[in-house]
Amino acid sequence: MDRFEYIEARLFDGENYLKRDKNVKIYDGDDKTQYVDGEVVLTTHRILWGKPGDIPKGLVCLSLHLYYVFCIEEESGGVFGLGGPKRIILHLGPALPGKRPGPAVVSPYHFIKLSFKDGIDQTFYKALNDAVTAKAWERSTPIASPISTRSLTSGNAKPSVAPVNSKLRFGIVGIERSIEEQHRATDESITVAFKDLTKLMEKAKDMVAISKNISTKIRDKQGDISEDDTVRFKSYLMSLGIDDPVTRDTFRSDSEYYLGLAQQISDMMVAVLMDCGGIMSLADVWCRVNRARGLELISPEDLLNACKLLQRIDAPMSLRKFPSGACVLQLNSNRDEEIARTTSDLLEENGSLTPVTLSQIANVSVLLARERLFATERLGLACRDESIEGLAFYPNLFLKETS
Amino acid sequence: MAEISWPWQYNFPPFFTIQPHTETKAKQLEAWEQLIAEYMKTTKQSTLDIRESQNSPLFSNASINRKLSQESILTILEDMAKTGRAAPVDKSKNVWEVYWHSLDEWGNMVYTWACNNGMNNSVCTLFELREGDNTADEEFHGLDMNVLIKALKTLELKGRCELMEFDDNQGVKFF
Repeated sequence: MDRFEYIEARLFDGENYLKRDKNVKIYDGDDKTQYVDGEVVLTTHRILWGKPGDIPKGLVCLSLHLYYVFCIEEESGGVFGLGGPKRIILHLGPALPGKRPGPAVVSPYHFIKLSFKDGIDQTFYKALNDAVTAKAWERSTPIASPISTRSLTSGNAKPSVAPVNSKLRFGIVGIERSIEEQHRATDESITVAFKDLTKLMEKAKDMVAISKNISTKIRDKQGDISEDDTVRFKSYLMSLGIDDPVTRDTFRSDSEYYLGLAQQISDMMVAVLMDCGGIMSLADVWCRVNRARGLELISPEDLLNACKLLQRIDAPMSLRKFPSGACVLQLNSNRDEEIARTTSDLLEENGSLTPVTLSQIANVSVLLARERLFATERLGLACRDESIEGLAFYPNLFLKETS
Repeated sequence: MAEISWPWQYNFPPFFTIQPHTETKAKQLEAWEQLIAEYMKTTKQSTLDIRESQNSPLFSNASINRKLSQESILTILEDMAKTGRAAPVDKSKNVWEVYWHSLDEWGNMVYTWACNNGMNNSVCTLFELREGDNTADEEFHGLDMNVLIKALKTLELKGRCELMEFDDNQGVKFF
């Protein structure tokens, strides 16, 4: 409230009338004031408040410079939430020195409210917002005194320094104002950044469509490019993106979603699994799937749930949990017997194997190498050697030598 | 000490880890039991203390740097006990008697010897059986006293002999 000034209702140089509204009450912060049922005039520079009819007559009224306002918000609906917002909250910067006398010398609040009896006129609200962001007072030349020549107040016509002050920043007030401005700038840049991200999300689908397009074009031009190149390029594209990722919101229930997801996982992982020796730890699968999905990422839990359904959709692979608790995705053709046989061949070749050496030879993770050796042992094709050097496996001579 | 013929398993590192695979484990235990019996026979020992034996060459192969753990030794001896080829001496199962022949076999062996040498219905001391010139060629020559007594007791149960106490000596009468 202490930011208001008493002034006769005249426009300054360069100031323009914007909007008016009736039946407006002013609150000092949360407190009611005596200024009720007045008329509000919005100009490019100020908000004027006067008793009905005072402003057009040019009588003394209350004036609030818009440069005090750094934030505007609509107060959410009343106690019962009915009838939409009725009040605009104006957050104000600190009072500047050289201010004309106003209705209050000090105020505990740093905001005022304008209460509109008939609800907020959205055009008024918008105009106010625009006026605050337009900062018309900064564009006017600093030398131009805000005290209009048209203003007839001569006695206490000391020049207001307000518009100049918004440029030159003196003392603590200046620092505070600059901090406020920084806040505003940060806020804006965050908004812009998020806008970009949303746009990127929107574009992602287009990008995938483009990559699909390219691959079809390449297929058409097979004469020019060798078969190998086409295949390779297509495989790049494939590993780059699933063109229509299954997302949760396209399904009504979780179980349907998981089924869809399972189908997609099985489609994309077949080739990958074949490359990797038929078995892959679930953590690796998760990475591959999410890499292919690009932006519509899935959680590890979703993946696990989807993998549990792989059997139900007759996928060529299944989720497998080893006795040690490690989860893997395994091609159905990749049976234990098969693993055990190849592993025991490797054992024969190398004499003995530790999980680490096997992981290097077979190009799988140590965890999987361990599981392979255990599987081989379970089938009696290997035997273990636990020593201070660690766990190693040998061909099962116990059974072989005697048989 | 007589030369022990180590089986091939002795130089096979997994031999020193009890295998979890049932079938493999059975083969492994079998090999161990044979080896232990062989070793005890060759060294003419009948008792085995688990706490001490870990360092004996039987359970420790320095050339491949492998040692059989105490638990593993216990596992093997307990398995031997099932077939009557070993028996714990104390309750904590630290000291074991190992029979490279079962007590039954020992008893029969002694009885056969007695029959062949016309000892039926006569008495001989246990000292004679263990140390006597007559038994020098027999396998039970020098057999651990406790084992010998146990063997004779199984024989006694069959009614083939009777153990008897002298002043400070024990004897046996064959029927």
